[in-house]
Amino acid sequence: MSGGHSTYTPKTGIERWIDARMPLPRLMYDSFVAYPTPRNLNYAYTFGGILSIMLVAQIITGIVLAMHYAADTQLAFGSVEKIMRDVNSGWLLRYMHSNGASFFFVAVYLHIFRGLYYGSYKAPRELLWILGCIIYLLMMATGFMGYVLPWGQMSFWGATVITGFFTAIPLVGDWIQQLLLGGFAVDNPTLNRFFALHYLLPFMIAGVVVLHVWALHVTGQTNPTGIEIKSKTDTVPFTPYATVKDGFAMVVFLAVFAYFIFYMPNYLGHPDNYIVANSLKTPSHIVPEWYFLPFYAILRAITFNIGPIDSKLGGVLAMFGAIAVLFVVPWLDTSKVRSAVYRPWFKLFFWIFVIDAIFLGWLGSRPAEGTYVVMAQIATLYYFAFFIVIMPVLGLIETPRRLPNSITEAVLAKNKGGSAHPAGAAAAPETKL
Amino acid sequence: MNRVLKGLAALGIAAAVSGGAALAAEEAHNAAEPTHFPIHKPHEMDWSFAGPFGKYDKGQLQRGLKVYKEVCSACHSMKLVAFRTLEELGYSDAQVKAFAAEYEVTDGPNADGEMFTRKALPSDYFPPPFANDEAAAASNGGAAPPDMSLLAKARGVERGFPTFIFDIFTMYAENGPDYIHSLLMGYDEQPPAGMEIAAGTHYNPYFIAGKSLAMAKPLTDGQVTYDDGSPETLDQYSRDVSAFLMWAAEPHLAERKQTGLSVLAFLIIFAGLLYLTKRKVWSAVPH
Repeated sequence: MSGGHSTYTPKTGIERWIDARMPLPRLMYDSFVAYPTPRNLNYAYTFGGILSIMLVAQIITGIVLAMHYAADTQLAFGSVEKIMRDVNSGWLLRYMHSNGASFFFVAVYLHIFRGLYYGSYKAPRELLWILGCIIYLLMMATGFMGYVLPWGQMSFWGATVITGFFTAIPLVGDWIQQLLLGGFAVDNPTLNRFFALHYLLPFMIAGVVVLHVWALHVTGQTNPTGIEIKSKTDTVPFTPYATVKDGFAMVVFLAVFAYFIFYMPNYLGHPDNYIVANSLKTPSHIVPEWYFLPFYAILRAITFNIGPIDSKLGGVLAMFGAIAVLFVVPWLDTSKVRSAVYRPWFKLFFWIFVIDAIFLGWLGSRPAEGTYVVMAQIATLYYFAFFIVIMPVLGLIETPRRLPNSITEAVLAKNKGGSAHPAGAAAAPETKL
Repeated sequence: MNRVLKGLAALGIAAAVSGGAALAAEEAHNAAEPTHFPIHKPHEMDWSFAGPFGKYDKGQLQRGLKVYKEVCSACHSMKLVAFRTLEELGYSDAQVKAFAAEYEVTDGPNADGEMFTRKALPSDYFPPPFANDEAAAASNGGAAPPDMSLLAKARGVERGFPTFIFDIFTMYAENGPDYIHSLLMGYDEQPPAGMEIAAGTHYNPYFIAGKSLAMAKPLTDGQVTYDDGSPETLDQYSRDVSAFLMWAAEPHLAERKQTGLSVLAFLIIFAGLLYLTKRKVWSAVPH
């Protein structure tokens, strides 16, 4: 996969035999052993590895759960309870899978924020970034459909609300909604196709992950300085340096994950999903899973008509726009400097953006009434302004700090002592952990 | 340029603060016409199954089962709980068999194609008190009493900001039993002057979805006889039945927490070793 020269030398006869026919060991060696990684990567760069572990864990627990699950509106809720009560370690598998979805999103959000902070999307990594956006989109579809499967109240009503968005699209909206539902309302055909797609999409994610990693290994990783690798001293081999660091971060992440699985497995879920779906009884507040809440807040923030666009279509456009805008980030950011470490103003706006996104998430869990709506509108405005106004304009007017000449120079300057270190950077996460 | 940006940042902070203040003003509501439920948050109780070492108190579960059997089960089904699982409450095989035999279940069809009733076996599930939801609703003023198998996980009063963040660290996961306990204890409170209570409903400030509910006060002091000397009070009944319902909803809770302890111990030690390895590996490379 790597664009560089292979340093793999087969040592035994068998290795030589395989290498001459299908050099898979060479590919593995070049990608995960000899692969040069910047020596200054911090722990924010460990989420890629964590995400691959989470994907594998989700697929494995999911396959076993699928062996016990029945995708039928009369049986689904009961089959999940059967897993929880009677299947050997079924409670563990199910809690791993449901909390695993949440922690998959925790990791992906941290991974995306890291990419935004260090400008990882800039040339020549635009495709790498877009592939990541596609994975994120597939994850959202998978997560949404997975939440429908237990056939609880929130499953049913969440599916009703979210598929209802599509009816806002002019001309083809109703047709799309009926195609998704397999009928005119959420019912057995919906559950069946969601189960089929929920099983399919993770393998599509795995496929795009391969492309994502391929693209990464062609361009190489970025690093906190945002300066490209210039010489061999800028890098260390992936193994043992990155493997041990990623491994440590992974285990810490898994410990937090385990804390939730074993001690608060229902904290991230909604109590209503332990009530079997009832099409005649609407819950007082329909809320999606926490990882969709910022987008849900954006959807509901559009309470006014804009010309020919009514508020419903406007909300749906804003919600999809909030995701679509991520795809064009590489071209919205006009700055010549990659990393926020050397962009004091971008750094400020970035952190406001992080707070804004979390705030939107909280607003998404509130009822859409009174001041909550106004706050959601302000927060939505900042969300879009960050991408559409701040990113392009700031790149043109901001005066960046002086960049070091190389990664090695940056590392040596930092290690000389705190006094030479710029004061502003001390509080930021690029400092060595 | 810097001044403009600083101004923008200040404006954003000002907007956020004013929004928060407006929200706080709106939260103050009229006592007679509340808009947010429950009117009172549930009281947090001490549960034997809370915390990292939590496990069920079998005596309490047995008492809770008695309360369920003698009081709740007249209206509330518990369809997902099998008699065989009652062994986890400390009963023997024979006791479970005898307990199940007190119930009648419909089975069949037999060789003649007829449905018949027989004594329940440990492999059977608690039979529901009504034939279907419609019958349950018709006998209870239009509101079908909810199934109790998952009730303790299906009810949870919102904790609000910032409590929901502290809950992660205090490991608070007892929303369900706290709610059920408070609800059962809340019937004696009187509605504030001027509040209208719909006919056929009963005021309870702890009810999650309104000011009153269809269920009348189900438990009173001395209603159920305990044979282990525990106080026969409403408070004790409420605690016991709430704990029992938590068990019904989450029978593997103790196993889960015990497994968690070993898993976390392993992961923390493993993380420590990996950290030391990482330091050793990286010691020669400034980074």
